Amino acid sequence: MSARLTARDITLRYGDRVVSTRLSLDVPDGAFTAVVGPNGCGKSTLLRAFVRLLRPDGGHVELDGREVGDYPAKALAKQLGFLPQDPQAPDDIKVRQLVGRGRFPYQSLLALWSKQDEEAVTGAMAAAGVTDLADRPVQELSGGQRQRVWMAMVLAQETPYLLLDEPTSFLDITHQYQLLGLLAKLRDEGRTVIAVLHDINQACRYADHLVAMKDGRVAAEGDPTDVVDAALIKDVFDLPSVIVPDPVTGTPMVVPTLQGE
Amino acid sequence: MSTLKLAGLGGWRVERRTVVLVAALVALMLALGLTGLCYGTSWSTPREVFAVLSGAEPSVVIWDWRMPRVLAGLVFGAALGVSGALFQNLTRNPMGSPDVIGLDAGAYTGALVAITVLSGTSAQLAVGSVLGGLVVAATIYLLAFDRGFSGLRLVVIGIAVNAMVTALNSWIVLRADLEVAIAAVGWSAGSLNGVGWDDLGIPFTVIAVLLALMATRSHAMHQASLGDAIAVTTGVGLDRLRLLMVLVGVGCTATVTAVAGPIAFIALAAPQIGRRLAGAAGVPLLPAALTGAVLLQGADLVAQMLLAPVALPVGVVSTAIGGCYLIWLLTKEVGRA
Repeated sequence: MSARLTARDITLRYGDRVVSTRLSLDVPDGAFTAVVGPNGCGKSTLLRAFVRLLRPDGGHVELDGREVGDYPAKALAKQLGFLPQDPQAPDDIKVRQLVGRGRFPYQSLLALWSKQDEEAVTGAMAAAGVTDLADRPVQELSGGQRQRVWMAMVLAQETPYLLLDEPTSFLDITHQYQLLGLLAKLRDEGRTVIAVLHDINQACRYADHLVAMKDGRVAAEGDPTDVVDAALIKDVFDLPSVIVPDPVTGTPMVVPTLQGE
Repeated sequence: MSTLKLAGLGGWRVERRTVVLVAALVALMLALGLTGLCYGTSWSTPREVFAVLSGAEPSVVIWDWRMPRVLAGLVFGAALGVSGALFQNLTRNPMGSPDVIGLDAGAYTGALVAITVLSGTSAQLAVGSVLGGLVVAATIYLLAFDRGFSGLRLVVIGIAVNAMVTALNSWIVLRADLEVAIAAVGWSAGSLNGVGWDDLGIPFTVIAVLLALMATRSHAMHQASLGDAIAVTTGVGLDRLRLLMVLVGVGCTATVTAVAGPIAFIALAAPQIGRRLAGAAGVPLLPAALTGAVLLQGADLVAQMLLAPVALPVGVVSTAIGGCYLIWLLTKEVGRA
């Protein structure tokens, strides 16, 4: 299993608050990696370190053996696309304009808008299912529609890597599965997907590689079928459960045994 | 969709509404400029003005008295509009304009120091204003920075700093010699009275350079309005961009203050009016510049006409207009929260 994107012995902190110490993770190429774990375990922080929103305090985050911090900004932006948890849209921006912002890394002062940009935006809007919304102002959309518009923006960036921080939040259950299906399809087309997911059953169903985090460290990683058992769920989420095969896909399904209090 | 594609310009994509608006604002600017050239204790006809402009007929009144004032109104208005747009983009807040967060007051402090302590040459005024503005900008930034950059914190702290710096300015004026104090107070409202060609060479050059520099980065500025995370991960060099925006914003507002004093509210109102007229996303620079030029030149005409033959400081008029705008803005923002 090869990995172009790696974190090696990184320490991550916000000011005095240390989130992770000597954390290492290889992101398998061309796979769908899901990162799960309880709130505050450092999942988002790890993603932010990969896209150099957070500089590690020691250790290395590398893409193709080169420190991500050493890439020119736009060169890295053509490799790693990132969707944060709570992106902000400027006032009065229309859907098509917002999706077009994903083309920034390909544009310069002398080449502001090209035919490729147009095609990428049209394709991304179709893939994310927001073509019908193209001329609507983003602020008028529902939370779920907005989330899909942001997804389209990241897709328009046409990066081999997609790093997504809770992309299914705000989506109703149908759209959650549609989005996960889209991510799986993108993986099949050769992209590498790393998503922080809250629903462990969805993660088991769609991910090739599961990373379970707790207290800033990787508690377990591997094929969901190999790593998910009742002991892991107890350890990571502090939740008693039984694991049964998902009746549709046969992947592990966590059924909590907790009742009432 | 209503988009014009201008081939041959590297594929610039421009909204039709923006093109129409820009054309309309430019026409309005020229009309107000022409009115400014015609207006005076004795009106000139547009024919006379065009004769002077084409060089056919020399006129001290039109060319040496009115022309510099009109140009100052337009160029300074544009500079203030852009400065306001830059800080509103930086703070992501329509209240975050240099006059509200104390940069004008800081620039004025610098200028006051130049007058009272030094001899007050125009070069000293310019340098003093820019330094004053930068010191205030740095102070606000340091006070507002807490493990990250929050626009709202910056605006709130800026308002407090503005009050303190304004008090400092009053103290300096009270301590100054009477003649200096009178000059300083007259100037403190912001005025284009008596602006001549000699006052404009350096400021216009500085403003032209700053605006040209910023124009090359406006695309990145709009990208940055998507928030820090997306800005960085789509390839914006955010730290350098912010530094440039602060320097250009302070440079513009301080340069205007050095010549005309702190003209309030143009920087606050112009970017938002321009944005709404253009129906554009975020706070774009060109509509802000053009609206600023129209507003300041319009305000200066009103200032000259209102109590003619006594010319009011333009700052009095812009404050009156801006005060109404501010009330409207606050009620609207409070309603939204």
